[in-house]
Amino acid sequence: MTRPEPATAVGTGGVKRGLADMLKGGVIMDVVTPEQAKIAEDAGAVAVMALERVPADIRADGGVARMSDPDMITGIVDAVSIPVMAKARIGHFVEAQVLQSLGVDYVDESEVLTPADEAHHIDKWAFTVPFVCGATNLGEALRRLGEGAAMIRSKGEAGTGNVVEATRHMRAIRSEIRALSRMDPQELYAAAKELRAPVGLVQEVAESGRLPVVLFTAGGIATPADAAMMMQLGAEGVFVGSGIFKSGDPARRAEAIVRATTFHDDPDVIAKVSAGLGEAMVGRTTTDMPEHERLATRGW
Amino acid sequence: MSAPVGVLALQGNIPEHLDALRACGAEAVPVRRPSELAEVAGLVLPGGESTTLSKLLEAVELLEPLRERLRAGMPAFGSCAGMILLAREAIDARPDQHQLGALDITVRRNAFGRQVASFESDLAVTGVAGGPVRAVFIRAPWVESTGRGVEVLARVPGSVAGPASGKVVAVRQGPVMATAFHPEQTGDARLHDLFLRRVRDSVAAG
Repeated sequence: MTRPEPATAVGTGGVKRGLADMLKGGVIMDVVTPEQAKIAEDAGAVAVMALERVPADIRADGGVARMSDPDMITGIVDAVSIPVMAKARIGHFVEAQVLQSLGVDYVDESEVLTPADEAHHIDKWAFTVPFVCGATNLGEALRRLGEGAAMIRSKGEAGTGNVVEATRHMRAIRSEIRALSRMDPQELYAAAKELRAPVGLVQEVAESGRLPVVLFTAGGIATPADAAMMMQLGAEGVFVGSGIFKSGDPARRAEAIVRATTFHDDPDVIAKVSAGLGEAMVGRTTTDMPEHERLATRGW
Repeated sequence: MSAPVGVLALQGNIPEHLDALRACGAEAVPVRRPSELAEVAGLVLPGGESTTLSKLLEAVELLEPLRERLRAGMPAFGSCAGMILLAREAIDARPDQHQLGALDITVRRNAFGRQVASFESDLAVTGVAGGPVRAVFIRAPWVESTGRGVEVLARVPGSVAGPASGKVVAVRQGPVMATAFHPEQTGDARLHDLFLRRVRDSVAAG
């Protein structure tokens, strides 16, 4: 995947993956207005995700969910000094071109929006702006990397306030990585076929025991303890969508989730910041969720 | 070296700095608490989000102990966000951003532009032998002005067009050094080695 670089170059794998490295150990928060973006920044978010409706509302409203209005995105870009991410529909490369032109720092090719292409994800190598993509398992993560993603987030089930799917996906990715590490090198070709992933990436993961990019968690994180559990399960950072601004006291909850992410291995700190946070978002169970309501099955 | 070297571990690119220090033979430990800061002979302030790091430093009550150690001459090395925090003044930062003031420099935050302008380049660094360093700049600052006593270690090459050309991107003042780029990103530990030499001198001087 490496190409010879000229003396000075923009949009290299190094600078794309590098920004995700700088976000490690941090919390990225969904915001729908400049005011919410400021609350997120004040609470210590490392970046904000600018979108028109949080996933819980997208779920409730139904219909087709698309890229946000450029005015709304630039309003948020102007309001904060931290990086701004924005979502494009799966396969909608023109929405991604628009987001790059607006100067967003990361594009999320997201299953939370309605997919625009049922066969092809965006060719992310063609862009200067880096991409983050969702994955439910290792094969899916590696397919996205093959297309040029520079950061992966486990999908979870956005807009539910229920961490169970995030847990399932993070455990799946991590245990599949461990399985690769234990294999004989000769077995990796068949493993690549099984995972439906590029063999070069499979070999790289087997060798290093980790993804070659940063792995965050997403989709259902609603409490400081949720965030800390995902970090202990091996996430390198946390996306929180509806969990903050659908709760009773967003500013305090945001700050508490940031602190619990930093001190994810210290139950005393998590206990302290979890106290008196007010109402968490109303969650919903996913076991009885009909197939067509599941966002994590979008993308492949 | 008897005492370990710390990496400020509140947020950001922490494992890569720990790895680079260990590759140079140092004992490296993460620092998140005042008690941990008290144990280290020097501190790396990693790349990350300077706004976030500034808030967390205050929230976990590390800000004043860190200022105190720096005033007492603890060696420190900041990359990118770390450089911004160590500076006396930062332009285009939030007004409530904390400055540690260990380097008499003014930095401009996100000076090169947003992420689409992030770049990498070969860079000659004073004090680093063996050819240029591959410097990775990510939403990086540059040094707008330096006070007396600040040694310039590197500038953006003149071949880079526009306002960035020739801007100062690595400095040292006494025991404190900083780079606008990320030496921890490339597996080249020569700048960490330069920093560790300063830590050893400081330990030897007692």
